[in-house]
Amino acid sequence: MAIKTEPFILNMGPQHPSTHGVFRMKVTLDGEVVVDVEPVIGYLHRGIEKLAEGRTYTQNIPFTDRLDYLASMTNNFAYVLAVEKLAGIKVPERVEYLRIIVAEMMRISSHLMAVGFFLNDLGAMMTPMLYMFREREKLLDLFDMVCGQRLTYNYMRIGGVSQDIPDDFLPALKRFVAEMPGFIDEYDQLLAENEILLVRTKGVGVLPKDLAINIAASGPVLRASGVDWDIRRDDTYSIYDRFDFDIPIGNVGDCYDRYWVRMQEMSQSIRILEQAIAQLPEGKVCADVPQLLRPPIGEVYGHIEAPKGELGFYLVSDNSISPYRFHIRPPTLINLTALKDMVIGWKVADLIITFGSMDVCLGEIDR
Amino acid sequence: MTLLEQFQLWLASMWPDWAAYITPAIVGILVIIIFVLTMVMVIIYFERRFMARFQIRLGPNRCGPEGILQPIADAIKVLFKEDIVPAKGDKLVHWIAPIVVFVPILMIFAVVPIHKGAILVDLNVGIVYVVAISSLSTVGIYMAGWAANNKYALISALRTIAQMVSYELPVVLSILGVVLMVGSLSMNQIVDSQSIPFILLQPLGFIIFFLGTLAEMNRCPFDLLEAESEIIAGYHIEYSGMKFALFYLGEYGHAVAYSCIITTLFLSGWRGPLLPPIIWFLIKIMVVFALIVWIRSTIPRLRVDQLMAFAWKCMLPMAVINLFIVAAEVLWLPEVFPWIMIAVNFAFACALVLLWSKLFVLGGGRVEV
Repeated sequence: MAIKTEPFILNMGPQHPSTHGVFRMKVTLDGEVVVDVEPVIGYLHRGIEKLAEGRTYTQNIPFTDRLDYLASMTNNFAYVLAVEKLAGIKVPERVEYLRIIVAEMMRISSHLMAVGFFLNDLGAMMTPMLYMFREREKLLDLFDMVCGQRLTYNYMRIGGVSQDIPDDFLPALKRFVAEMPGFIDEYDQLLAENEILLVRTKGVGVLPKDLAINIAASGPVLRASGVDWDIRRDDTYSIYDRFDFDIPIGNVGDCYDRYWVRMQEMSQSIRILEQAIAQLPEGKVCADVPQLLRPPIGEVYGHIEAPKGELGFYLVSDNSISPYRFHIRPPTLINLTALKDMVIGWKVADLIITFGSMDVCLGEIDR
Repeated sequence: MTLLEQFQLWLASMWPDWAAYITPAIVGILVIIIFVLTMVMVIIYFERRFMARFQIRLGPNRCGPEGILQPIADAIKVLFKEDIVPAKGDKLVHWIAPIVVFVPILMIFAVVPIHKGAILVDLNVGIVYVVAISSLSTVGIYMAGWAANNKYALISALRTIAQMVSYELPVVLSILGVVLMVGSLSMNQIVDSQSIPFILLQPLGFIIFFLGTLAEMNRCPFDLLEAESEIIAGYHIEYSGMKFALFYLGEYGHAVAYSCIITTLFLSGWRGPLLPPIIWFLIKIMVVFALIVWIRSTIPRLRVDQLMAFAWKCMLPMAVINLFIVAAEVLWLPEVFPWIMIAVNFAFACALVLLWSKLFVLGGGRVEV
């Protein structure tokens, strides 16, 4: 006798342990199998884009901290680059190096969080996450030295950075750079060969190459799908062309590849940090920029390779002290549009880890 | 003759029959309840401290010296919590479920020998009784999942049924190996005949039984019914206060119970040199529980279809093969020097585990919808 069954709707979030903030999914389930997913966003909306239109260009920098709060420094970086492009400001040499040092530190920190929480979603009872936190804590201490903050840094200024690094920063950073490859090896030993990790993530939540390009995915999610695209190399900004680094590419686009790409990118960031520390010149840490910047009339789109993907700022200036239009292109919002195609037909548990492997941050999705 | 029966005889010489009959039973039950509750507190503290070491942190260390009063503080906190019943839930079932979960776990301890003769009732079908009683708490979990009127709880309840039905079979089959060697179902007899612990004579049976019990008591990597990252807390999502505490006690009581059963079946129970038997018994329980915590803090969770595949494709065939090997050995090699048997069985266990790990793939992929 066949029993009559019917799909039911499960409302996941906004309060749920693995929605990484306040994301809500209306999941239609047929038993354990996901039939349909409808993402609902907007629970963290603060209207940053509109607020920014009423403030000066410098006053807007703290807003960018609150976008992707796990990678505040790169948000600052993207914004000040866009404003400098708009106003045609040339920054001193030392500033370029300092910015790249903190941006790559931020990338390591963000990837540590991403991998740690991904494994937490797999059900590894906090252990991998706390190992990741051990290194992230060292990075946060370093950021604390640089700008006195551990989460929302507000370090970059238009034309420079807020202050020079203290004397004890570079030795501490060198120590971190020297010991970090050992820790990455340790993570690899603990995780990469784990049978359950492999069987849970290999082939699960595949994002095909053509779909990834069509939805304009970016960052580790795009590269895991086998697309060789990194803005640091392909549309160079700041002084990334002076450094020698590889861009890890996955081949399948499953959860394991996204995890693997992030692990490899951490090693590459270490390489960039080593080179940047060796080349760091002396000099001023801020260009001469007027207190109230009035960029010429025009519009600009500045984008960088943030840890989570292409972070872009589209600014329109009407020659006043505040932007006429301030638009953010958050990488994870665009990446998230593929979620439904990736999880249909998989189980609830796969939905969770696929979502975790995208490494979203609701701060920048809702803005 | 068990200690309790001796106590009964001694009472019968002075008291009327009915009193001599009831008093030892009450004393025994009280001893068991106190033993279980104390052990649960000890292992909750132990797990939190031990897991903290795996996670490079300290664990609870504020309440009392080294935090040993933490379980008491937790218990007081949970007792004062408001008891909430979902408005559209089934109130009666919601109320009964924690009791149905907790009571069978206490009942398991009736046949656990913790010392020579220290056993509440030496049933001649002791191990069958354990298997029968321990699956009863599944019903309680299903009731809890149903009564909460919550979809997470319902998913968890359905997962419970599937998991229990699948894992009961390999567990029972691996117990049969032990029973064949002993020739008795009584727990006392099983301990008495282990001059060599059965973990050496039956490594494969031990592995299957251990993994199966991990699944039965919902511990990692089989903790699908309370998978925090997926269905939040599973069946006890709508429980608070004392009812939640009963589930919590039940979960750890289950862990203690199965540690006791594993100790009795495979680690020669209370037997051991030099130290008093009760100390040996406690040491062995803690070693088994430490192994469980180790697994919990290092291994991610399986998916639901992989969990089922693991039971039916890996553990069940292996348990059947193990049963045949043991039966053949009991039939044809009863007098063989045990070290040869140990070597042969270890070779079989390694070969089978390797074979299965190479040949079988866990779980399916995408389902067309």
